[in-house]
Amino acid sequence: MLLDLAEILKVEPSMLTEGAEAALIASLREAASTTRGSTAELDRVDEFAGRFPGWARLLAEARGRIETLERSVETLSDRLAHDPQLAEALHEMLSTVTAIRSAASILNEPEEIDPDWQRRFHRNIHEDSARLAESSRSLVSYLEAEGKAASESGTPQEEVTAIFEGEGYHFPALEAGQAPEALAAELEADLSDNARALLLRALRTYAEDAAALPLAAVLEAVAAEGADPLALVRRLGCDPARAMRRLAALPAGAPCGPVGLAVCDASGALTFRKPLPEFPVPRFGADCPLWPLFPALSRPMTVLSRRVQFAGRQGGAVRAFAVAQPASLPQANRDPIFEAHMMFTPEGSARGGEETEQVGVTCRICARSGCPARREPSLLGDVAERGP
Amino acid sequence: MSKHVLLIEDEPNIIEAISFILSREGLAVETHSDGTTANEKLRGAHPDLLILDVMLPGKSGYDILRELRADPATAALPVLMLTARGQSRDREMAEREGVSAFMSKPFANSEMLDTVRSLLNGPPGNA
Repeated sequence: MLLDLAEILKVEPSMLTEGAEAALIASLREAASTTRGSTAELDRVDEFAGRFPGWARLLAEARGRIETLERSVETLSDRLAHDPQLAEALHEMLSTVTAIRSAASILNEPEEIDPDWQRRFHRNIHEDSARLAESSRSLVSYLEAEGKAASESGTPQEEVTAIFEGEGYHFPALEAGQAPEALAAELEADLSDNARALLLRALRTYAEDAAALPLAAVLEAVAAEGADPLALVRRLGCDPARAMRRLAALPAGAPCGPVGLAVCDASGALTFRKPLPEFPVPRFGADCPLWPLFPALSRPMTVLSRRVQFAGRQGGAVRAFAVAQPASLPQANRDPIFEAHMMFTPEGSARGGEETEQVGVTCRICARSGCPARREPSLLGDVAERGP
Repeated sequence: MSKHVLLIEDEPNIIEAISFILSREGLAVETHSDGTTANEKLRGAHPDLLILDVMLPGKSGYDILRELRADPATAALPVLMLTARGQSRDREMAEREGVSAFMSKPFANSEMLDTVRSLLNGPPGNA
């Protein structure tokens, strides 16, 4: 309902739940606190956003753009330091330049040089300059090919997420049994090579899930029992992670309401995100360790079910289910590689006596005070403490 | 007797240029291009100075340096390392392994000569 409304009004769903103002003010606070030596009047941020909404939005957008660009720079410098192909190409160029420089300065000296040596160094310089031309050409074409992906700011993961988002996280073609390779070929036109590989992997998983748990059966189950992955496990006999993925892939308007999903690998890096207005999953940066997603990793194979709410928000609680299970097939004497899934749906008032876990998006914009998992101080003025 | 320099480097035209400028200084220069057999070569050659490239086929200059420092016969040998990556991380690794001097490519011939001369004359006060 809310999502439909947001769609019709062409606004971010969070604006309807939180008000445009709150999202804007949070961005402004973040901009102020991440700028070294900022003298912005944080105590008057409401007034600023209220009196100059246009300027305030511009500032918040510029801040978002800077974050994206910083990310690109980080990616690029990472590449400089770690990309073996680039290191190899630069090494080749520097070696050639060294030889040319050395030989050229020998020839350039006023001292007499034996004509034989002179010829040799002339020939070396000639050969090396041809090599240099060749290696610089290949370096340029390598950088051009790679540059496209990096300039989009996006990690390959982000490109894939954008596609899923664009398709509403639901692929009727795969539900109807189309091969994931064929669909990937249709969708991947503008993607970088890395993103193509990730997209194909994600679509294959989707197709396997759809084949194991046909849409009609899942819809029937949620109509009876709501978005409960364990009910799906009981009815259809699948593992809980697959049940969660399947629930998060239902078409808009499914009887159980919207279902969000976050998947992370064993290092905690998010590999899939489907946020809900009630539960934003940030694109960059570190998330909140209190999300059930992360405790699940320390309790492998146990399905956690928690009522979770973002600290400082009015309402907007979700029911979150999380499980960590091996992502790889078992191998003798090898520890399995785990991954964790967390599925969440909006939930009304609390069930009898259950506590609601107060979580955050990320520490800097979290209002929870006395948080045992706080990593860095919050920007939210007096609401939150300034440190653990 | 002229001083003896062993140059371990895999780039033929760099070998030629360095050999030329050092020979002209009156040094006896011997060269070797393979990383895996570098330490063997070194034990047979007894040089007064080793010029060692970091990126060699078969074995890295850091490994060669570590091994020669562990051998009492070459533990005190002056070693000049050449690298195409002048990053502080590389310098730090070389220093940890006990390099005597470190030079990043592309270097000037005069730089090379100055460094070689000062290494052959030993550290100041020790000459």
